[in-house]
Amino acid sequence: MCETCGCGQGSNPVRITKPGEPEASPHHHEAHSHGHHHDHDHDHDHGHSHDHDHAGQRLIRLEEDILSKNNLMASRNSGYFEAKGVVALNLMSSPGSGKTTLLEKSIKALEGKRPVAVIEGDQQTLNDAERIEKAGAPVVQINTGNGCHLDAEMIRRALEKLEVQEHSVLFIENVGNLVCPSLFELGEKHRVVIISVTEGEDKPLKYPTMFEHADTCIINKIDLLPYVNFDLALVRKFALTVNPHLRIMEMSAQTGEGLEDWIRWILDLKP
Amino acid sequence: MHELSIAISIVDTVLKQAEAASAGPVSEVNLDIGVFSGIEFESLKFSLDVATKGSILEKTVFNIHRVEAVAECPTCHHLYTPERVFSHCPECSQPGIRLIRGTELQIKSLLVEQNE
Repeated sequence: MCETCGCGQGSNPVRITKPGEPEASPHHHEAHSHGHHHDHDHDHDHGHSHDHDHAGQRLIRLEEDILSKNNLMASRNSGYFEAKGVVALNLMSSPGSGKTTLLEKSIKALEGKRPVAVIEGDQQTLNDAERIEKAGAPVVQINTGNGCHLDAEMIRRALEKLEVQEHSVLFIENVGNLVCPSLFELGEKHRVVIISVTEGEDKPLKYPTMFEHADTCIINKIDLLPYVNFDLALVRKFALTVNPHLRIMEMSAQTGEGLEDWIRWILDLKP
Repeated sequence: MHELSIAISIVDTVLKQAEAASAGPVSEVNLDIGVFSGIEFESLKFSLDVATKGSILEKTVFNIHRVEAVAECPTCHHLYTPERVFSHCPECSQPGIRLIRGTELQIKSLLVEQNE
């Protein structure tokens, strides 16, 4: 592991690219000089805890929140959004729930009403960014390499590349994953979790952390309800069990059903 | 595997704090991790091994202290151990939960060698 940046491969695997740009190689070190690796066969089996100083040793009390570094950067992003009058929405879901289609439709629907910008997160490819660019919004793609979520620092770096107009709506499409993104604040105004009717109704119970941390839930692909065995009332009940304050919207991004409510909600949001 | 990001964050903080305290090598790091913090304990252990490999923390012992959950019922204020992040109060059966403990994700302390 590279000690300078903590990256896993001796070079930072996170790439931030605009569609049409040559492949970015954003690694920020001038040179890598790694020390040699020791092969200690080291058994970490000490179970005792220290509450006192040992001879030649000293206890430093920290009580520091492990996520504080990310939270600090998220606050910084949030301040940037506030100053520019930007409303940022963090969209999270499992892969294939229809996030990108929802964005394409939202971009069209917001045309002439409010500027839109998009940050796309995926492990690999520029496919989603290209779809968003075609839909007509400025977009930057973050490829996390092996990473399973976006963090606040990635958003900060993406914002350097993305020209976000004042008073824009900024959609951040997180990496498709119902677990990891829930712990990492990005500086967003709202956290939106999307599930589709082709998934099980018990998703909120299986992945409670995500539903607990979100404030809004979109149930997508409701045009498919006649063809799937999915109980809308049940998923609502489960989602509200985990988070009684969740705002739930039913929608088919594909057909546009329910999209109006979503757009109206967005247009009413204050930075 | 967000545990790897968490592990990298722990390593960064420990290195920074040890340096700020002009400490010698870090022999132990004490972590408080709640059962509802969203962290898999095994995965965090593995990630800490990966994140410290080849670094000056390679020999450091990471003591992961598992913090069990304590919940307070928002209705009757009964204290209990919840099995899940959502549950009903065992006393008054009302839904809803206020977690008092169990979401910790904290570096409690470092044990360092004195720099003579």
